[in-house]
Amino acid sequence: MATVIVDVMPKEVLLDPAGKATARALQRFGDGEITDVRIGKRFELTIDGEVTPKLLEHIGEIAKDVLSNEVIEDVVSIRVAD
Amino acid sequence: MRVGVITFPGSLDDRDALRAVTLAGGEAVSLWHGDHDLGGVDAIVLPGGFSYGDYLRCGAIAAHSPIMSEVIDAANKGMPVLGICNGFQILVEAHLLAGGLIRNDHGTFIRRDQKLRVENVDTAWTNKYTLGQEITIPLKNGEGGFIADDETLKQLEGDGLVAFRYLEVNPNGSLNDIAGLRNKRGNVVGLMPHPEHAVEPGFGPDTADRMQSGVDGLAMFQSILSATVLS
Repeated sequence: MATVIVDVMPKEVLLDPAGKATARALQRFGDGEITDVRIGKRFELTIDGEVTPKLLEHIGEIAKDVLSNEVIEDVVSIRVAD
Repeated sequence: MRVGVITFPGSLDDRDALRAVTLAGGEAVSLWHGDHDLGGVDAIVLPGGFSYGDYLRCGAIAAHSPIMSEVIDAANKGMPVLGICNGFQILVEAHLLAGGLIRNDHGTFIRRDQKLRVENVDTAWTNKYTLGQEITIPLKNGEGGFIADDETLKQLEGDGLVAFRYLEVNPNGSLNDIAGLRNKRGNVVGLMPHPEHAVEPGFGPDTADRMQSGVDGLAMFQSILSATVLS
């Protein structure tokens, strides 16, 4: 069994209200080194069998069409877990 | 005119939408997300709620549910489809309407009686309004912020595809105060506020005349009765 990890982030140009609220809360910790937070999603796909280039291509399509919405999000990485 | 209302797991306002269709004089038909069957209806409403718990993204899983392949097919052939709130999010996820809907800019859920301006009356769902008419219907959402890239926004405005705009208060940070959209053909309309909650005296928003007497949403369901399948 293998695991493929897909990371999705809100587009940089978009306001990320959840990230902004978290960033404000983090101001109460430390000396203000942390200036911004953006919150994305990580999907861990469990694969039955081997991760072939063809399967990765298929996952790439799923990541673009289902796991993310390209109007508001970017798929930033697809990788096989160690 | 038979108008189908699709129930997804987590739909909340399907019963209200069915009731609104009936009050407007249509025949309301319940449809189920898991079927590949539109039951021979002439028009479709995607109701509000939190389909599939809003997991993944609002409306995203519903947009890929079994019945949606028939809905998308029918919409592309001209069948009138109205998406309300979560239904609007589903239409956007299904690429039947442009742009996207993200968390409200203030980060909290909002519920208010919302004033809107009807920006386009050449659609299956808005033809009983007058252009520029100001209406008040309830709004209730956590992720109603409409966004689109500059080019899409320009195109929406240039092509007159904005159906409703927020007036006085922009409740969620929507770009250009956009509350609802139509497609080019005019058969598909989506909006965040809830017309189905303003169709019956005693249960609508307050008006200057009387508490809870607002019925500004009814015309949306009456519009569909005089619209024929657009081709």
